[in-house]
Amino acid sequence: MESHYEKQIPIWFFIGGIVLVYGLLILAAGLFHWLSPPPADARVRLWDLHADIWWGVLLLILGSFYVIKYRPRKKIAEL
Amino acid sequence: MVLFSILSASAGASSLLRLSPIDLFIIVIYFFVVLAIGFYLKKFAGTGEDFFLAGRKMTAWIAGLSFISANLSSLETMGWSAMAYQYGMLGAHAYLIGAIPAILFLAVVMMPFYYISRTHSVPGYLQMRYGEGARSVAGISFSFMTVAVSGASMFAMAKILNLLLGWDMNVSIWVASITVAIYVTLGGLLSAVFNEVLQFFLIWLGSLLIPILGLIDAGGWNNLMATIQKNVAVIHPTVQNADFTSLWRNLGSFASNPMGIDWFGMIFGFGIAVGFGYWCTDFLQVQRVIVAKDLRSAQNGTLIGAALKMLVPLIVTIPGLLGLAVLFNPDGSTMVLVPESDPRAGITHHTFNDVLPLLMGQYLGPGLLGLGVTAMIAGFMSGMAGNVSAFATVWTYDVYKPLLNKKATDRHYLAMGRWSSVIGILISILTAYSLFYFSNILEYLQVLVFFFIVPLFGTVILGMLWKRATPAGGFWGFLIAILFSISMWAYVHTFPDGYKPQPKATLAPGAVVSMETMEQGGSEALSLIVVESGRVDLVNVPVPGFDPGQAVTVKDAPVALPVTVPMKNVDTPVQILAPEVVMADSREKHQFGVEGVLVYLKPGVEVHSTLISKRFAPAAFNPDHAKVIARSEKAKPMAVNMYSGWWSLVVCVLITVMVSLFTKPKSDAELKNLVMGLTPRPKEAPCPWYQKPVFWASVVALALIAVNLLFW
Repeated sequence: MESHYEKQIPIWFFIGGIVLVYGLLILAAGLFHWLSPPPADARVRLWDLHADIWWGVLLLILGSFYVIKYRPRKKIAEL
Repeated sequence: MVLFSILSASAGASSLLRLSPIDLFIIVIYFFVVLAIGFYLKKFAGTGEDFFLAGRKMTAWIAGLSFISANLSSLETMGWSAMAYQYGMLGAHAYLIGAIPAILFLAVVMMPFYYISRTHSVPGYLQMRYGEGARSVAGISFSFMTVAVSGASMFAMAKILNLLLGWDMNVSIWVASITVAIYVTLGGLLSAVFNEVLQFFLIWLGSLLIPILGLIDAGGWNNLMATIQKNVAVIHPTVQNADFTSLWRNLGSFASNPMGIDWFGMIFGFGIAVGFGYWCTDFLQVQRVIVAKDLRSAQNGTLIGAALKMLVPLIVTIPGLLGLAVLFNPDGSTMVLVPESDPRAGITHHTFNDVLPLLMGQYLGPGLLGLGVTAMIAGFMSGMAGNVSAFATVWTYDVYKPLLNKKATDRHYLAMGRWSSVIGILISILTAYSLFYFSNILEYLQVLVFFFIVPLFGTVILGMLWKRATPAGGFWGFLIAILFSISMWAYVHTFPDGYKPQPKATLAPGAVVSMETMEQGGSEALSLIVVESGRVDLVNVPVPGFDPGQAVTVKDAPVALPVTVPMKNVDTPVQILAPEVVMADSREKHQFGVEGVLVYLKPGVEVHSTLISKRFAPAAFNPDHAKVIARSEKAKPMAVNMYSGWWSLVVCVLITVMVSLFTKPKSDAELKNLVMGLTPRPKEAPCPWYQKPVFWASVVALALIAVNLLFW
């Protein structure tokens, strides 16, 4: 898949970048709350599943894939 | 960081949730990225073709994702989650019978005409096929509709952010509107499409956890279905015998499903009229794929959209169904959500439209909540951007250029496109608050769809498939069908005998009350309310001595309000609403909403009594009139809209055919590349079987059949 304009940075790169950053932030928040649990009455339902940790890892992998695959190459940077 | 400060400062104390700094940071990153994309793309939008049609260079994947994202706004996700809560599994038909057949038809049958005619818009096709009259009607009505839908998107976003986060509605509307105005004005359709593709990822990544966690919480699919069927007796007592858990087996009669519709209305009203109208001729949708780089990409992009569309119930319908099973009040009882029009809405009860945000608050912790809210904001902004960019195109090419300024330069039209984007947003803001007239956000959209889009489909499809259709036939068929649609809408909201809202007693803020309770079914229920002091507003509650329209103070002895009031020979319980009262014993603030409870007013209490009876009530359906249109007095608003769509399509086709038979058609030469039989397909490079649109259309059709059989 390529961008619809060869000169443009592909949209997939922007998507990968934002998903990667979100994955990092959510994983960090999940690890923080795992190591330093909030009081029981402040926890979301199914807190013990630690969805933020595995969802953060998933976003991190997905974002990294798009960033690496669609990163601007030298040819594009020169244009 | 300015945005961060604004969002933090505007958070109120009464919100359901409070975002952590990491959530706000995630939201701010999103705004930063979309603005950066807008500024980056400005250099690629230097001509009218670039700005309005993204240079006609989209790949199939980008066109397909954009096509489906333009429809996956938060208005859609919240609205159809609310529908699933209200109507059960039937809500999934928005993604099945109400969408997929139409998208397949668009890809296989209609796309070649749109693409080969090189039109820039659907009204543009009408101009080539029928002439200026039909184009002007379509251009003006579509312009109105896009800004209205954009306004709906804004209103919904502001309201939900207010409910969820306590953000000031003005801040939400203006921050989002200015952001959208900047990136659409800079990059045009290209910018809107880029952000739609980005939004597609965010909305899935931000929403998919809700059904996953919800299904775990509910104990799996089978347990969810069993719990729903048990809970509907409490949540939807008026349709407690209806089947909420199937797609088709409950459509044998009007009474066996919660929508009050039968299979005919579902297939012909929803599937054919509304579905085909929306997906095949709503320019917001069609614009996304007619700008693909070639016909095959346009067709395959549309089919990619169809395949993805079938997955959307995972993040929309299932959360709505989960709302019937896993939402509880603090005391452990099942939470009951009510329509927007219910007097208890926002006081003691959340509304149908709150089901998705309530689930977000229930399952998503810091970070994930930020992503969920970002997905919601992205969906709203994308919905606005899509409508505004479509408005700019149709206004500039189909209203301004043919009617106001025919001979300007491309540069001038480009400037007009940019200005009309800004003006479109300003008009959208003005339309946002009209939504209070409708019981559900999406019903508002449905009303607009059957006003304009369904007649438009009738006109376009006859133009494409029948070369005998004449310019006069197209114009009059389209116009009369629009007027007929509006007339049907007015008819079902008209009450010759007067519409009287349910009797209601509202205890004004600060009123002092004492209450007695009694045990009922294992829990404490209110049995008596005594208003010690303050003011009470009565609507349609006749009490001897309290003349309507006058303020009266209770003297000497306590006065009892009637528990029920006879209305149309039915004893209707009086609703008692107390949004903010003070308890006589503890002096603590309290709020409640009940009906059918005895109320005493002590001496000194001030009473304002009003009797309301309206001949026209846009928020209420007259069941006697609804029966004429939807064939049953059990028809709910959605069922009435489906049938209305069907009748307006029938009227459009009949009028177009009749007028065409008596008027002069265009010559074959004039209809070249516009009508079936006169439109040769362009030669395209040969491709393997797995890239052919017909193959993928067959795969999607088989998948559709399988899903319907699975959840029959």
